[in-house]
Amino acid sequence: MNINNYFRLIIPSHSRNEAFARAAVAAFAAQLDPTVEEINDIKAAVSEAVTNCIVHAYPDKIGDIEIVGRIIEHDTFYIRIKDKGLGIADIKQAMLPLFSTCEEGERAGLGFAVMESFMDKLRVTSRPVKAGAAPSGTSVIMTKRVTSRYE
Amino acid sequence: MEIINSGDSLTVMLSGEIDHHALLSLRGTIDAQIEQHTPRLLALDFGGVSFMDSSGIGLILGRRRVAEGYGGKVMIKNASGYVLKLIKLAGLTPMLMKQEVNNLL
Repeated sequence: MNINNYFRLIIPSHSRNEAFARAAVAAFAAQLDPTVEEINDIKAAVSEAVTNCIVHAYPDKIGDIEIVGRIIEHDTFYIRIKDKGLGIADIKQAMLPLFSTCEEGERAGLGFAVMESFMDKLRVTSRPVKAGAAPSGTSVIMTKRVTSRYE
Repeated sequence: MEIINSGDSLTVMLSGEIDHHALLSLRGTIDAQIEQHTPRLLALDFGGVSFMDSSGIGLILGRRRVAEGYGGKVMIKNASGYVLKLIKLAGLTPMLMKQEVNNLL
């Protein structure tokens, strides 16, 4: 894996940071010369992952969200969004379209569906919180090959 | 956001970026208007929306639930490009107003 460029960003899980996170990621990804549609796909996928951290990982407190972006092999965008929150007990169920554990928040249950269909690859790993166990949290890794506008 | 009340129908002109953060304040404002005017038709106009994620879908489903509680119907207006892509993913194409249905063909 040839990493050509990268960034690392840590933000607290305030909902007002959703717009900042996707704008920062989009600004970094812009060096791949993506089309408007590709950049919107990346922005939406980041927005979904960051919103999941805010709503599900840290429902009752503010915690850190770590975002790492990489340019790989000159044409592939890699992003990892990680929290140290509650974790997901059943990842398969969480990834089902329309499934949501959030009852009052009016979530459509489409977060993972958006990440899955707008990016090329999606990998989710999670460790649910347990008393006396290792630190919990969820990590979402996504990649997307970007076809340069000038190709 | 601008809300236009024309008797039977209520049109909500959405603008800017719709995400989870924006939804927190948007839904209260729209729901108050629905409760006040109890429209037969609630049109959600996405013409001025520059970005949205699945929170926009949550906005549509939530307002549909509220409007239907008052016997009203919800339609999606001026959804194009990116917004349309999300609406298709969510299976909400039956809620599109005619013109948008034509854009799909």
